[in-house]
Amino acid sequence: MKVAILSGKGGTGKTTVSTNLAMTLGVSYVDCDVEEPNGFIFLNPSIQKCEDVFAEYPIIDREKCELCGACAKVCQFHALAKAGKEIVAFEKLCHDCGACKLVCKTGAIAYTKRSIGKLESGSVKDVNCYRGILNVGEPMAVPVIRRLLGNLPEEDHFIDCPPGTSCNVESALKYATAAILVTEPSEFGLHDLKMAVELVKLFKIPYGIIINKDDEKENIVKSYCRENKILLYGTVPYSMEAAAFYSKGMMLCDDEFHKRIFDQLANKIKEAFAW
Amino acid sequence: MKIAVSATGQNKESLLDRRFGRCDYFLVFDTVTDDFKVIGNLGVASGQGAGIAAASQLIDENVSIIITGNLGPNAYELVEKAEMKAYSCEEIPVFGAIERFHKNQLPEINAAGNAHHGMK
Repeated sequence: MKVAILSGKGGTGKTTVSTNLAMTLGVSYVDCDVEEPNGFIFLNPSIQKCEDVFAEYPIIDREKCELCGACAKVCQFHALAKAGKEIVAFEKLCHDCGACKLVCKTGAIAYTKRSIGKLESGSVKDVNCYRGILNVGEPMAVPVIRRLLGNLPEEDHFIDCPPGTSCNVESALKYATAAILVTEPSEFGLHDLKMAVELVKLFKIPYGIIINKDDEKENIVKSYCRENKILLYGTVPYSMEAAAFYSKGMMLCDDEFHKRIFDQLANKIKEAFAW
Repeated sequence: MKIAVSATGQNKESLLDRRFGRCDYFLVFDTVTDDFKVIGNLGVASGQGAGIAAASQLIDENVSIIITGNLGPNAYELVEKAEMKAYSCEEIPVFGAIERFHKNQLPEINAAGNAHHGMK
């Protein structure tokens, strides 16, 4: 089973929940928030493998190019433009769709590749850990996410997703067989949670909610779950202590009090996913 | 000679928009016919490459002068390669920007501004 952990709003505790659940359940952890992967700061795995992720982009043979401009017209991403006596290629904007090469009548377009990020894998206490890292300045995260999630070994995984409901999250959900939505009891948390719920529904996979930084009272997220009949797996209470552990890069489940909380959450999730 | 001004509206009294790639309209003045036409900026709705889309449109219109706020790196590269010239102007009515250009009162844009910083 591949369980995506997402949230809508950033900073609700996706990484806190996914790293602690991974360690509690002994399930592998995958950080696909490739623009800012931070799960390894807490898990601190020993890295055993590292590989580059490449993206292809067009290069124009100026001898063969007749400057018809068809390639620039067909490009939906503005990666090619005709300017003066040249077709200019903006490699970072290329989505590698191949359309420019198809429409070029003189065969002036070829593709070459460049590294846009890397994948790392390792382990800590028998828990396998994987992550993708997008190079600084690269605008497109999806190829790195796809490469990371497309090559995972057949085992159970927690997939720590990027925030929001963009195509980065959507491309991660494509690989998920279940989802956990982590939120916080704030207006902003609920607003973005609703968007995340709408997105997850499209994938027709089982999902439920964990409330982090919970006020341990009746609140807007709890009533939303009830009204919409969405399973609430449990809550992680708001505490200064948890924030202090986090700021030191420590795992909450190494603390006695929080260990009990994650044990309870883990049991609920095992039950829900029939693990 | 055709002069394109990035604008917030569709007439000569509209304010110049200092954003190039994300402006709503370009007002294109033809100094030969002393007439102008309005073109909607395709860049404004682009998910990415707004400056490239905007510059490509002006290249297709055979514009030789651009009056805007700043040009991002990609748009600047295209403008340079297409041998167009670009000038920087404040948020004033479009007709005023054209007047200032004719009086040589506008500084030429000789370097690209930051990407995604049209407002600055």
